[in-house]
Amino acid sequence: MKEFQYVITDPIGLHARPAGLLVKAAKPLDSTITIVKADGKSAAATKLMAVMGLGVKTGETITVRIEGGDEDANAQTMETFFKENA
Amino acid sequence: MQVATGKSILPGIAIGPLKVYHKTEVVIVEASTSSPEKELERFEAARVKAQEQLGVLYEKALAEVGEDNAAIFEIHQMMLEDDDYLDAIKSIIETQATTAEYAVATTGENFATAFADMDDAYMQARAVDVKDISGRVVNILLGQTDGSLLGDEPVILVADDLTPSETVQMDKSKLLGFVTRKGSTNSHTAILARTMNIPALIGVEIDDSWDGKMGVIDGYNHCVYVDPTADLLATMRKKRNEDLQQEALLQGLKKKPNVTLDGHEINVYANIGSAADVGLVLENDAGGIGLFRSEFIYLDSKNYPTEEQQFTIYKRVVETMAGKKVIIRTLDIGADKQADYFNLEHEENPALGYRAIRICLTRRDIFKTQLRAILRASAYGKVSIMFPMIISLREVQDAKSVLAECQRELTAEGIPMGEVEIGIMIETPAAVMMADELAQEVEFFSLGTNDLTQYTLAIDRQNPHLDAFYDPHHPAVLRMIQQTVDAGHRHGCWVGICGELGADQALTETFLRMGLDELSVSPSSILPLRKRIRNLDLSK
Repeated sequence: MKEFQYVITDPIGLHARPAGLLVKAAKPLDSTITIVKADGKSAAATKLMAVMGLGVKTGETITVRIEGGDEDANAQTMETFFKENA
Repeated sequence: MQVATGKSILPGIAIGPLKVYHKTEVVIVEASTSSPEKELERFEAARVKAQEQLGVLYEKALAEVGEDNAAIFEIHQMMLEDDDYLDAIKSIIETQATTAEYAVATTGENFATAFADMDDAYMQARAVDVKDISGRVVNILLGQTDGSLLGDEPVILVADDLTPSETVQMDKSKLLGFVTRKGSTNSHTAILARTMNIPALIGVEIDDSWDGKMGVIDGYNHCVYVDPTADLLATMRKKRNEDLQQEALLQGLKKKPNVTLDGHEINVYANIGSAADVGLVLENDAGGIGLFRSEFIYLDSKNYPTEEQQFTIYKRVVETMAGKKVIIRTLDIGADKQADYFNLEHEENPALGYRAIRICLTRRDIFKTQLRAILRASAYGKVSIMFPMIISLREVQDAKSVLAECQRELTAEGIPMGEVEIGIMIETPAAVMMADELAQEVEFFSLGTNDLTQYTLAIDRQNPHLDAFYDPHHPAVLRMIQQTVDAGHRHGCWVGICGELGADQALTETFLRMGLDELSVSPSSILPLRKRIRNLDLSK
């Protein structure tokens, strides 16, 4: 298992559009990607409504967990994704 | 006459008959008479159909209201593929032997409630989106078509609430405006109404008895008049006509050159603070972007924005402008623009303090991140870089050498770049005095008249006690501008204004006579300024 932390910079937070893009980016990966908030609430990155349901706001730190499959490559993909989109 | 108040989406007036719209009450049968397998099949078929409809809506919205606003229908499509949502529906069908429509309606309600309960206005507004997609699937299952809400006559629509898809589907020539009881100024429906330029009021206590009566939406005063008196109606018609004339006048100016009656041409560009303003820039037909205030990327951020983040934003703006010039001003932070993570010390005199290029030249890591991002974006269009708060030749040479270093790095990394034009802001009296020397280092000057006026007159514009002494047309400032234009032209630089003075129509003729090459103003000032220019005759 690999993890990294990321601070959301999009002014509206992880809202509909970045959440939609996240689902698109996470679906093809062979790892299970989980988004965990500071309060412990979590959601699978492939589930749009669940990710939106976390209500992640701008400035919040999330933990992105990558389990199974090619963890190194997929963690890299996810880090790049967040830097570019959220 | 009745008056009801609400929140206005845009300042404008709509006059016409009111039509109260009730959503068709759909009767949903709970228990299914066929097998769960059959219901699952019906659901899947309806889901596919709904996806197709959303694809069509996306295209319609793309053409009418642009990509950013159309994106909501793409999100709707993704919601209809969401595993949790689909699993919930399937589980209800399988375990409770219900009809597909009952399962979809129930699931839609449950998810909408979950969003509505969140303590975030943006997410609460998403409850409408979930209801919208669920309603769409239910309608397909029940064989109901997306009936037009509107008849043959143009009307002001009165409804409890309108979904984004209902709003986009409406025939704009039949919709004068709308009044709803629910909704927020944050909702997609509100955003769409604003983009389509339709007067709308939300949060109004609507009444069924209004149906068929005459109505007026007064978007300036946030109210709707039902059965207006003849006097009021006449006043509102007059105001509406004035709005229309003004708009037509300005629309008629699009695609026309900024040229005086005797043939002097000047560039009119736009000032923007974020990538989201580009839509307004194009809508108002600017010749380019004369000032992209890049500091807003830093102010909107909780930490230093990365090269990738900045590159994405610059690239989007440059690509959208499609070959028109985009002048990006490098980080102008400090003074009245503060970001906590810069940890800038408190200063007694911030306007004369550690800001803009002074920060960039001492904290080169930050500067290089930004320059690399801008250089990478230059591969996608026509980019100019402008350095702010210059007082000496040395600063320009230093900034240029950092830029050259970034260019060398990117070349070594094999990353593509375009040609970039280099310019500086002229906003200190020192820069005006040094303009002859500075002009030999750069390709253009842009006068920041707000700071130049403040530094020239030694007047703090935030201080109301100084109003009596403050004169924006002070001859000292105007002479500074003339001196800058002359020095620039002597050395082949073009010279523009990107401060507020550029939009001051009392000075437009003066600026043209001075020989300014460009005026960069807020998007809404572009067409009024063009009108002014086209009415001038410098030969007289």
